[in-house]
Amino acid sequence: MARRLDPIEPGHQRGAFEPTRREFLQVLIAGSTLMIGGVFLTREEAAALPGPGNTSDQSDIGDSLVAVETPYKYMLKLEVTPHNRVVFQLPRQDKGQGIATALAMMIAEEMDADYDRVDVQLSDRDSNRPTTITGGSSTIRTMWEPARTVAANARLRLVTAAAARWSVPPNQITVKKSLVMHAATGRAANFGELSAEAAALAIPVTPLPLKDPSQYTIIGSADGKGRKNARDIVTGKQKYTLDLRPGDAPDYPANAKPAVVLRPPDIKGRVSESWSLPAPPPGIVYVKINLPDRGPVETGSTFPQPTGIAVVAVADNASFHHALAARNALEPLVDWEPGPMAAMSGEGIRTTLVSLTPALTPVASGLSSLDATFDFPYVAHAPLEVMDAVADVRASSATIWYPSQTPNYQVGQIAAATGIPDANITLHIPFAGGAFGRRLFGEAAIEAALISQQVGLPIKLMWTRNDDMRHGRFRPMTHHAIRATWSNGTIQSWEHQVAAAEMDLRHGYGDALSPPGIALSHPEIEQAAFNATVSVPYEFGATQQRITNMRFEVPTGSWRSIYSGFTMTANEIFVDRLAQAFGADDIQFRLDHLANSTSASAPRAIRVLEKVRDKRAAWGAAPAGHAYGVAVHAEYRSAVAYLVEIDAVDPANPRLARAYAAVDVGLPINRKGLEAQFQGVLIDAFSVMIRAGNHLDAGHIVEGSFSDFHWARMNHSPRSFEVFIFDATSDTPGGAGELGLPPGSAACINAYARATGTQPSRFPVLDPTS
Amino acid sequence: MPVYNLTVNGQPRTVDAPADMPLLWVLRDLLDVTGPKYGCGVGVCGACTSHLGDSAVRPCITPISAVSEPVTTIDGLEQNGDLHPIQQAWIDLDVASCGYCQPGQIMTALALIVANPNPTDDDIDIAMSQNVCRCGTYAKIRAAIKEAARVMRGGH
Repeated sequence: MARRLDPIEPGHQRGAFEPTRREFLQVLIAGSTLMIGGVFLTREEAAALPGPGNTSDQSDIGDSLVAVETPYKYMLKLEVTPHNRVVFQLPRQDKGQGIATALAMMIAEEMDADYDRVDVQLSDRDSNRPTTITGGSSTIRTMWEPARTVAANARLRLVTAAAARWSVPPNQITVKKSLVMHAATGRAANFGELSAEAAALAIPVTPLPLKDPSQYTIIGSADGKGRKNARDIVTGKQKYTLDLRPGDAPDYPANAKPAVVLRPPDIKGRVSESWSLPAPPPGIVYVKINLPDRGPVETGSTFPQPTGIAVVAVADNASFHHALAARNALEPLVDWEPGPMAAMSGEGIRTTLVSLTPALTPVASGLSSLDATFDFPYVAHAPLEVMDAVADVRASSATIWYPSQTPNYQVGQIAAATGIPDANITLHIPFAGGAFGRRLFGEAAIEAALISQQVGLPIKLMWTRNDDMRHGRFRPMTHHAIRATWSNGTIQSWEHQVAAAEMDLRHGYGDALSPPGIALSHPEIEQAAFNATVSVPYEFGATQQRITNMRFEVPTGSWRSIYSGFTMTANEIFVDRLAQAFGADDIQFRLDHLANSTSASAPRAIRVLEKVRDKRAAWGAAPAGHAYGVAVHAEYRSAVAYLVEIDAVDPANPRLARAYAAVDVGLPINRKGLEAQFQGVLIDAFSVMIRAGNHLDAGHIVEGSFSDFHWARMNHSPRSFEVFIFDATSDTPGGAGELGLPPGSAACINAYARATGTQPSRFPVLDPTS
Repeated sequence: MPVYNLTVNGQPRTVDAPADMPLLWVLRDLLDVTGPKYGCGVGVCGACTSHLGDSAVRPCITPISAVSEPVTTIDGLEQNGDLHPIQQAWIDLDVASCGYCQPGQIMTALALIVANPNPTDDDIDIAMSQNVCRCGTYAKIRAAIKEAARVMRGGH
């Protein structure tokens, strides 16, 4: 007899949900007018193009992901165990953003389950779900309807099973806290006791009426929920990839050997062809893992090829210490060839980007105008858990542990590198110590697989902090030119030209951004993605924003908030300058230009700005040497406005003194999780705008660790930080994780500018890329 | 290789290790004490922070040969299933996001409170700025330190 309700099968009703594929593709691709092939657009080509529509207020990446997942959206695994626990397999990566907890709340709510008996696990890579990307702040939006529908179906089956067991009408049955009850006869059974009978029912998953928001007791509750794994974290029991030990998973290898990689000084430097490996010391194995430039793993120069010499400690009870010590001993012996950027510095890239920037439209006679330029540096993701992976590669199969944000892409890469068929690769997704976009790619997992294959042993690979800081990926360096024109106090035009080092998006947004069967070239994907993420919420007359890219050999990737992190940040700094030029209050100026805006984002932006206006009034005048700064951003069907107080008494060592955020995410799920996101992202914002960036010097990245990558610490963080979260303003949740980066960044600069009487335009302020 | 007799989280442990082997790798790889994390390996991030006696140290730059006092890691704060008040404060205030730095944050904070039972904001700034939190949970850490200190003082 079946003992489990496991898993809920997908219904055979795909026809009913047949995607709106055509529609969403039209929406997205209509925004992309860049159908020119080649590596990048020349200035003339870009300037000749009509202004593309920035559509993110109408249709963004989250919408695309919802649409693309529609055909298989109910292929989710929810299990009711005989021990009366509900276990949901989440096909996403939780790296601290709190999605597992939010999903547990959604499922408990819809099933009327005991929240404390709902567990959310991170699903292994599932090839039945081709798009499983954790990115674009889309998890809650993409899982919102499918997860609750599957939960509602599970509840229906349990109720049906109970009705059959007790021979009572199902509509007389109630469910509360995982207990199924028939009040008239006083009978009750918990979910676990009914699981086997429910599993025997052949009821396909169908869209059911879902709980009315007025009935919610968990979703959006005033207190929210602490993280499900909070206790494991504070007791040291939380298992990150390299904490796994035999017994933690059935297929975890008994003898995984520690491995590190000796890497070149330069980005993509190589071991000299004429140099040969010496014999390794006892207990150590060397593996050269240079791959050809256009190797099987991934073509294209922004992919950081796994390059170097793996040093594996193979003795019994070997430690990473042994691998690191052997690596250090080998280091001075290697002849390295310089990398492809050996003649290039950050300033050289900046100069190239400046020359690539299309000329702004000339100002028509009779109009007033304001221009500004901004420069943003390369920025490492630097999640505190370094890149790592465990690989057990056999003759024709492989088992990998890597906390990937893009599991199907990742498995494809491993398959291409090892020659092992995609279908024979199992990818487990451990909980991760941060990502910020870094784990959209997984060079460590590819390297680990190659090393395991060549050594013939299971291995655990650790990148050192230097490895990730100097050979990882970066938010692309960008240059921005913005111009606004006006007459009689009315803004007539807004133009923003972004020249950017190419953002590597080859992990894909599934096929959300490209039509089936058509491989868009990279510039086309970039323009589509740009349009789907940035849009100006204000009424600024003729508005255009455009991105022009060039590929450099510095590896890049999406960094929390993708294009908005620099584009919308630059906008909101410029809006402050514009308000100044108008002699207007910064908040009132924004509100005035939102009032008549046709942007779908405007109402939310107004709502959050009004809260900030009230808060600033309550704060009163800033102390001497301090100043306030404000900025707003609407994206992902959400909006946030920040008010920050910067203490710049010492302009060379500023800090956040106070902070306030007003947040409208449509329908809040977990207020605690949201508070953490909007507090945390302001630390990112302050760090990347004021203190921390990466500098390219003669082909290598200067910074190596948190000693010179000056991330904000406690002494830079606000001493009071209030996050106000609006009650539901919508019947669906918007995205949240990346939302705060642009306005947090701009608010910090706006405050710093006000406090110091400066106009910062090159970032980070204290250590600009030069 | 030399043999070292240690006390780790109240338990006697014996390890055979090179003298220069950092305590971090002794703990993680030889003793399977995985609470302390590798974040930088050079003593600048604080993710591995643990105690020798009552002092917070960086096991990633502490050679095993220099360890003469009992070692306490995050794994050793819980006693017979009872959380230490500082762990409880961290849970009550939902401090952790990714959590990777929190073992080190907690051990740094505990050393602060033991030395200074009623730390001010300035005290917290100075002591805690040795540790990086990449998720930016500083506001919650600050609140949790004050709460833990209050409880450890006897609730006032």
